[in-house]
Amino acid sequence: MAEKDVLIEVKDLKKYFKVGKNAWLKAVDGVDFKIYKGETLGLVGESGCGKTTCGKTVMGLYDATGGQVIFEGTDIHSLNRKEKKEFTKRAQIIFQDPYSSLNPRMTVGDIIGEGIDIHNLYKGEERAEKINELLEMVGLNKEHASRFPHEFSGGQRQRIGIARALAVEPDFIVCDEPISALDVSIQAQVVNLLIELQEKKGLTYLFIAHDLSMVKHISDRVGVMYLGNMVEFAASDELYEHPIHPYTKALMSAIPIPDPDVEHEKKRIPIEGEIPSPINPKPGCRFAARCRYAKDICRQDTPKLVEVRTGHYAACHRAGELNDI
Amino acid sequence: MEENVKMNMEDFSLTDDLFVRVGTEGLSGEEIGRKSLTYWADVWRRFRSNKLALLGMFLLIGVVVLLFTGPLISGKDYQFIDASLKNISPCAEHWFGTDDMGRDLFTRVCVGGRISIYIGLCCTLVMFVIGALLGALAGLKGGLVDDVIMRICEFIGNLPYLIIVVILSMVMGRSLFSLVFAMSLTAWVGTARMVRGQILQIKEQDYVQAAKALGADTGRIIMKHLLPNTLGIIMVDITMSVPGFIFSEAFLSYIGLGVKPPETSWGALASAGQQQLMFYPYQLFFPCLLIVLTILSFHLIGDGLSDALDPKLRQ
Amino acid sequence: MSEKILEVKDLHVSFRTYAGVSHAVRGVDFYLNKGETLAIVGESGCGKTVTSKAIMGLLAASNTDIKKDGESAILFQGENLLNYGEKQMSQIRGKRISMIFQDPMTSLNPTMKIGDQIMESILIHQKVTKEEARKQALHMLELVKIPNAEERLKQYPFEFSGGMRQRAMIAVALACKPEILIADEPTTALDVTIQAQIMDLIGELQKELEMAVILVTHDLGVVASVADRIQVMYAGKIVERGTVKEIFYESTHPYTRALLNSVPKIHTNNKEVLYSLKGTPPDLINPPEGCSFAPRCEYGMMVCRKKYPEITRFSDSQECSCWLYHPKADTAGLPEGMIRRSVK
Repeated sequence: MAEKDVLIEVKDLKKYFKVGKNAWLKAVDGVDFKIYKGETLGLVGESGCGKTTCGKTVMGLYDATGGQVIFEGTDIHSLNRKEKKEFTKRAQIIFQDPYSSLNPRMTVGDIIGEGIDIHNLYKGEERAEKINELLEMVGLNKEHASRFPHEFSGGQRQRIGIARALAVEPDFIVCDEPISALDVSIQAQVVNLLIELQEKKGLTYLFIAHDLSMVKHISDRVGVMYLGNMVEFAASDELYEHPIHPYTKALMSAIPIPDPDVEHEKKRIPIEGEIPSPINPKPGCRFAARCRYAKDICRQDTPKLVEVRTGHYAACHRAGELNDI
Repeated sequence: MEENVKMNMEDFSLTDDLFVRVGTEGLSGEEIGRKSLTYWADVWRRFRSNKLALLGMFLLIGVVVLLFTGPLISGKDYQFIDASLKNISPCAEHWFGTDDMGRDLFTRVCVGGRISIYIGLCCTLVMFVIGALLGALAGLKGGLVDDVIMRICEFIGNLPYLIIVVILSMVMGRSLFSLVFAMSLTAWVGTARMVRGQILQIKEQDYVQAAKALGADTGRIIMKHLLPNTLGIIMVDITMSVPGFIFSEAFLSYIGLGVKPPETSWGALASAGQQQLMFYPYQLFFPCLLIVLTILSFHLIGDGLSDALDPKLRQ
Repeated sequence: MSEKILEVKDLHVSFRTYAGVSHAVRGVDFYLNKGETLAIVGESGCGKTVTSKAIMGLLAASNTDIKKDGESAILFQGENLLNYGEKQMSQIRGKRISMIFQDPMTSLNPTMKIGDQIMESILIHQKVTKEEARKQALHMLELVKIPNAEERLKQYPFEFSGGMRQRAMIAVALACKPEILIADEPTTALDVTIQAQIMDLIGELQKELEMAVILVTHDLGVVASVADRIQVMYAGKIVERGTVKEIFYESTHPYTRALLNSVPKIHTNNKEVLYSLKGTPPDLINPPEGCSFAPRCEYGMMVCRKKYPEITRFSDSQECSCWLYHPKADTAGLPEGMIRRSVK
């Protein structure tokens, strides 16, 4: 299909942080995926699983420890300064915290106009017009341009952040937990806006979140991360209807459902303990310590991500026997 | 169900036209009711509401106005020696009296004060420029640059300050320039450390990352994001440093390392007055009073500013 | 069986700010029965946290005004807490009414060992020896299911992970076996799997200690499995209340409906436009005349902008403040459940 052009290909991406003598925090440890033009790829996982680091490394905000991020044929980590600046016009990021992501000393107009100024896209009248247009696009009006971030609510600030990212007319946006800090009622506003913009402008998203229901709603395909590894990857409907990896299953069953009857009958798959430290992780499956199906092999070999069904990948030694495949 | 609907209509008649569906027409739900207040306007509002800080500000303005208009009002020259009018107590002609050489003390306190404040401001400026620059560089670049700058800071910070001043005044001679140079040489270390700490904190904020993601270069990040957000803290540091320098100058002049006659300063005047303390206490009292008032006013302003800038105290 | 343990009557709380007086809570009435779970649901800034802090007597006096005359009262087993001084409140706080917060890091003392923090609360309120307090603290840690409780007792908060810290905070709050636990967004900062664990834990402890729980949250999803009754707050007022089933299946206020609809269902189609509330909640310095939800309500009528609606009762437990249930109201296009409730 023509529309299935690959926009970004991530190959064996690794990002380690040095946290002490011989101690490495392996935030992202060998992740592969492709993002097609115009699609939304969701990344879910608990805090500390490396999804945000992964997003920021794909954006080039962090240097990769290993592997490649290939954007339209070139590795973004091999770009020179000028090329890097060009790349920032193509790829943008929206942050999680609507409070720390806007400079408190700048007016909303200047915040949105920052990309325009950096890349010298418009000047004077045109610049002001463009800013008004962006404000309207995200549901605010031009009177808001002269105000300061602290005068806005969380949802409004998040929309200002979206307008800032859109100012340079990018093709690709990393949405780093854009709704986690917002009220449930406001989350829908932001998600609707993102979907609408995608349809209008043909944007491609990497949508990072820990809220599984929203990720399912917005994404075409979803990857589940656990402790720096991708444990499962599939089209979003397929993933939610037939999860394979024990971790994904537990994660799904923990989603609270706003329906008391369903909630009372629901059998939750308990998951013991918490995500272990990503500093110098043990060999073997990262989830083994919390997995109730774990066998000896799980503690020795790290499972590879393999295609279990068509387009449905999972990294679990026992995927076949546990799911009758 | 009818009886369940209890409606209390007193002076409000519920006519049918009131029940026309209008949805959200004409109401945006996005309006901001409060009037816009820029950051500095907000700081000024809170500063203004602090009575003591306001008192400090008026006190300082009063002192500065006095220093510059005083000699004009008194109509006397601070160097004019009248041997017949030695050690006169304060009177209508000589408001603060005269010194042991018959010079008008009021005029001398005013002129000396200018030098004291001038030295205080100069030292602060030098301290701020060097300190903020090196601190910002260390915080932003990190790694080796940070290490080198911080080691230099530690080295200078540990040198005995008085010895440096003595050596410098011997090498460079006693002049205003050498005094300012000697005092600010060691003082910038604290500013550099403080600015570095601030930059380290702000650099991790998402808005700096967002600017980087938009392709902003280091210069833009410093000018647009880092500096404006450290300015508040730096301002408090400045107001708190000026009195320190005035005090140091007074002290150095007092022990004879400060300004050279015929120039004078509050410290030099106090030093001269101290020799006459037994017989003419007013000669010590007036320069000291001015020193105390000035330092107090700077401290009050500094306290007020740091309260006004504290985001936790914002309501 | 339903004995009222707490009753809040006509609570008004306002804050003095530079821009004027912000009326955070504007006349809130509710009660809490022994052993039940009451959920207070609403967006940030709706006054739900302020209400719970007012009950605990935790609002700073310097810029806060709480109405104390007239009908206004917070009755805890017949005693009006509004008339209590700081000293009397400290006898109640932590002993008979406890609170847990969204961010455990800010409510645990970082320089004190976890064990000492639990013991502190026991030693203040109970006449026991240190050894006895230690035993109780150990028991509390076991109760909140912290493994290796004996060792954990000697650790500092930074050595705990997020979920563990939340458990430790619950242990501190419950050390004196309070009659009421106020949980203010206890799981918002946590991951889904941990969130489920903590909610289960609170439920179990509630049964074991026979506490009443006030659960404050913005997420209706969390509430479905644990709450007995729900009240929905908007702009400082309670707009609707009812049992869990009434709220989830037969809600009557457009705002409650909006809250329920804005959560994506696992079974809705992808990328379908989600129901979303337009705009943001009003600024409580100048709350709109009439119903504060009117600027965002798709069923708004002229009258909504003029006068605040009276309460309409639907059952013993369910009531709502909305003009749509006035006999003259225009009910065309309302969701079916709401039409059924309206009077025509």
